[in-house]
Parts: sequence; structure tokens; C-alpha cells
Amino acid sequence: MPRNERENENERRAAKTTGDGASPEWADGLRHLYDAVVEEPLPDSFKDLLAKLDEDGDDVPPSKEGKRD
Amino acid sequence: MAEKKELPKRTASEKADFKRELTEVVPHLRAFARGLCGRPDMADDLVQETMLKAWAAQDRFEPGTSMRAWTFVILRNAYLTDMRRNRFRGEYDEGVAERILTAPAGQEEPLHLSDMHRALLTLPPERREALLLVGAGGFSYEEAANICGCAVGTIKSRVGRARATLNSMLADGDIPRRSIDDDSAHRAILEELDDVAAGKGEAAAKA
Repeated sequence: MPRNERENENERRAAKTTGDGASPEWADGLRHLYDAVVEEPLPDSFKDLLAKLDEDGDDVPPSKEGKRD
Repeated sequence: MAEKKELPKRTASEKADFKRELTEVVPHLRAFARGLCGRPDMADDLVQETMLKAWAAQDRFEPGTSMRAWTFVILRNAYLTDMRRNRFRGEYDEGVAERILTAPAGQEEPLHLSDMHRALLTLPPERREALLLVGAGGFSYEEAANICGCAVGTIKSRVGRARATLNSMLADGDIPRRSIDDDSAHRAILEELDDVAAGKGEAAAKA
């Protein structure tokens, strides 16, 4: 990940103490919810999809839009 | 996605880089999507749709820039489109909250998470996404503004309002249980979406 992701990390930490003054306890909870999903093992359907991207080479079906419903 | 710049064809190794970076951000896409739409199955559908769109649009990705920010723009636009088609109603999933609650240790008051998630889903979408980007995703206000295609001040005020709402909801324990299933609330959300969609976040996609 690019460098600015790390700067964000700092900012995120700084935002905790500064920000709008108080950092309520739910602020940690919010990050927790996010991080918990980030750390979940990736379901197979995602691995399959990533693998398929390779097979298809350049051409993923032109547009999924419009044909969805 | 209305850019018509001439773009160089990607080489095989650039494609491989793209795919590697895309793979790396998938967990973040899932987390963002889950926060936006609440239901894990729908969130995952949204992420897969995002991955396909990102892959199809990879010529527009500028190597060296943030893949996470770029794909978040695609994801939020897909989400907004789906919201308009009424696919998501910000449904809250008790089961997931339960699982999240029991997962990580070291949290003083883990039970608040469930309330927190529910409260989060009652926020208007524009504030919810602003708070998710800044408060959970760790984006700066500037980056969040780029993703949402709006001014930095707008993001700051959305985050501020979201925080204020959550503060009072969680302090009073007064979290509307079904407010998002309620018709009038839902209509209000859809109206707000028009404003949100107006920004579409294309600034970041072009960058």
C-alpha cells in the first residue's frame, strides 16, 4: 500500500485525541467493527472471482450495468 | 466514469500489479461495504460488483496512487445506484453483530458495539459514509472528500454531525430500532442520496 496509507494511520491516531474534542468510547468500537471485517478470512467466492479475472484476461464482460434486474 | 482521456494500454506486469493491489484492498472493501449496507451478504455482493468494475476500468487507475481510495469510489457509486433501486435498506444484522462482539478481546465495553452498529445504520447515508471513511477507514478529511466528490468542509461537517448524533444516541441509549424500515425515513434517505450522488466522487476516480 502506498505511503500515504501510513500517514493516515497517524492521522487516525491523532484524530482520536484531537478531533472534535472528546473521543467517545464508541469511536474505538467503530474502528473495531471495520477492523474485524478486514481481518476476516476471505470467503472462497472472492478467491474464485480473483482467479477468474486472470482467465478472462482483458475482457470482463463489457458492462454488468443495465442487465442486473 | 465519464473520462475520455487517451490511456496507455496496460502491460502484463502492470496488470499483475493491479491485480495484486486489488487483492490487497478486498478486505477493506468488505469492511467499508459492511458499514454502508449492514447486511454481510449484500455487502459482499457489492464488493464483487466493485471488483469487476475496477478490473474493467483498470486503465483508468494511475499506478502509485491509492488503490483503496480508487476502489472505494467505485464501491460507493455502486452502492448509491443499488440504494436507488431499493436493494438495500440498511438492514441491521443481529447475527453479525453478535459474532463481531465475541471476536476480539481487550475491549472494555464490547457490548456497546452492537448498539454502535445499529446507531451507525440509522445515520443518513452521506454522514454514515463520511464517518466510516474518516473514523473507521482512517482516511484524512481530504481523501474522504475526494472519494465522495465534495468539499473538505462538507466532509468535516458530515463527520461532525454523525459524531454528534451517535454521541447522543449512545449516551441516551435511544437508538431507533426500525427507523430505516420506516417508509418516511426511507424516503428521506433516498432524497439525501440524490445530494450524495450529485458528487459521485469522480474527482478521485480521475485523479
